[in-house]
Amino acid sequence: MAVMRYREALNAALREEMLRDERVMLMGEDIGVFNGAFKVTAGLLAEFGERRVRDTPISENTIVGMGVGAAMTGLRPVVELMTINFSLLALDQIVNHAASIHYMFGGQVKVPLVVRMPQGAGHQLGPTHSHSWEAMFLHVPGLLVAAPSTAADAKGLLKSAIRDENPVVFIEHEYLYGQRGEVPDDPDLLVAFGVAAVRREGADVTIVGISRMAVTAERAAVLLAEHHGISAEVIDPRTLRPLDLGTILASVRKTNHVVVVEEGWPHGGVGANLSALIAEHAFDYLDAPVGRIAGADVPMPYSKSLEQIAFPHEAQIVDAVIGMLARG
Amino acid sequence: MVLIRRFEERAGEMYAKARVGGFLHLAIGEEATIVGAARALRDTDYLISTYRSHGHALARGTTPDAVMAELFGKVDGCCKGRGGSMHMFDLERRFMGGYGIVGGNLPIAAGFGLASDYLGLDEATLCTFGDGATNQGTFGETMNLAALWRLPVVFMVTNNRFGMGTSLERHSAVTDLVRKGESFGVPGLRCDGMDVVDTHAVCLEALETARTDRRPVLVEALTYRFRGHSMADPEEYRTKQQVAEWRLRDPIATFGDRLEAAGLLSSDERERIDTYAIARVDAAVAFAEASPEPAPESLYDDVYVLGDQVKGMYW
Repeated sequence: MAVMRYREALNAALREEMLRDERVMLMGEDIGVFNGAFKVTAGLLAEFGERRVRDTPISENTIVGMGVGAAMTGLRPVVELMTINFSLLALDQIVNHAASIHYMFGGQVKVPLVVRMPQGAGHQLGPTHSHSWEAMFLHVPGLLVAAPSTAADAKGLLKSAIRDENPVVFIEHEYLYGQRGEVPDDPDLLVAFGVAAVRREGADVTIVGISRMAVTAERAAVLLAEHHGISAEVIDPRTLRPLDLGTILASVRKTNHVVVVEEGWPHGGVGANLSALIAEHAFDYLDAPVGRIAGADVPMPYSKSLEQIAFPHEAQIVDAVIGMLARG
Repeated sequence: MVLIRRFEERAGEMYAKARVGGFLHLAIGEEATIVGAARALRDTDYLISTYRSHGHALARGTTPDAVMAELFGKVDGCCKGRGGSMHMFDLERRFMGGYGIVGGNLPIAAGFGLASDYLGLDEATLCTFGDGATNQGTFGETMNLAALWRLPVVFMVTNNRFGMGTSLERHSAVTDLVRKGESFGVPGLRCDGMDVVDTHAVCLEALETARTDRRPVLVEALTYRFRGHSMADPEEYRTKQQVAEWRLRDPIATFGDRLEAAGLLSSDERERIDTYAIARVDAAVAFAEASPEPAPESLYDDVYVLGDQVKGMYW
């Protein structure tokens, strides 16, 4: 075990996979000479050279499309987009092409492509650099979607993503890049997609936290235990496609209460989807409607005071849980 | 060319009889651009096309049976009925697909070139698209990247003078499309897309440049489609006279005449080629009719590559 930052864990995953497999190569804006806008790719150009670590022009759709083509013909490209907002410029290649090609060509060709991008508010970057869009990619059949919240998961899931035969949208978080955690050293240790992590066991309520909100949910659980005598179970799904619904349902059947917390918008969000799935599969176990806590339904504001109330914090989760349990 | 012509005529008939659904974009009139390009490729080269791609699949060697069955949406179609007219594909013959998004195939073609280059393989890619696609952002982005990274890709704009119903003069400020790559560092070559010999020669030259000099080339093939953009096209944007004038330059008739005049092909042989093509297409229609519909339980097949992580659809 080594303690490292989330960004360093991602860097280790990229490095190890590049050492393991010659076909793994990186493309993205300023990932090389500049060492990456968030320094995830720091040092990789120096170690692997320009053939395998490629700075690109600012052409998101074409970079991703080239990744699609290269993946179809023998490479394992990992494309970095500087923020999730920029992924909208590449949605044609991600949705119409990467996600569809294996299916629409009758299974003849695979697209083992990873598209990495950070999301999240908190750095006063305003409405074009701060959003959280797990739900948008969750919507698309053909994609795998990961949203790791710890350094260990960042490393293990990225390694799994690179080795998988399907296109993966790999959603990182700008706040989490600087967070530290224990990370296994073993280069063959992977974190499998489709396996949720129970971050904290509890008996009274289940809190499902997505991406950074898994961390916020854990903090809320500590407050609930220390100040309110409430035992909360915290689940981090880690990947949204495939989704480990079984672990969530088992917890709900135990606690009979569930709150889903995400940073993205509420309408058509991850919480909306999970709440429908929980209602379909565990309705009889619920003592209260599924609680949803989401980001505010606004383009992200610049002002620090406004931005801070536009995405969920521990207090909202604590209040929601107390309100839910007070109903009975 | 004759096989492609006869195939597409029958496909149009089958569309009118509702045996073929969706959109059907015929390349009748453009056969020389297809065969001239495909015959310039090696077996190891990649060909990638658009939603007007029946001919590209056939020219690459995909059987008429598999293409017609795909049009019928049947299980023996080259994409098992998942793609249809706009999305043909044949990995074995390196026909890397028809794509339904205008300009969407250009970055993918550059990706093929990147993989060939990265793996040190002596392969080239030829990517066709229409005049309308030169207005997409992916056109400029891909030209720039392909030139910057010296990728072995030939970009072939099949200039049939209309982006759907909007004429070249009304959709592109620069109508000399051969020049449209220059500012990105991609030199242009022009060919007579109604002449299969000229198209073939220019594509060979472009592929040689791409393969040997490691730089992309833009080939503009001047051509014309005799039929509408798709079968759902009343053709109000062009005159019957213009169509009639271009039909005089029919790539199949003019090439046949040329061969006959040169003593390389007799009129009997021309007749036999046509008879063979018609019979082959008849057989393809019979094959497609007989092929089963895809099984309902196959609906979710191939959404994902299944393995250790993805074991199936999961809810």
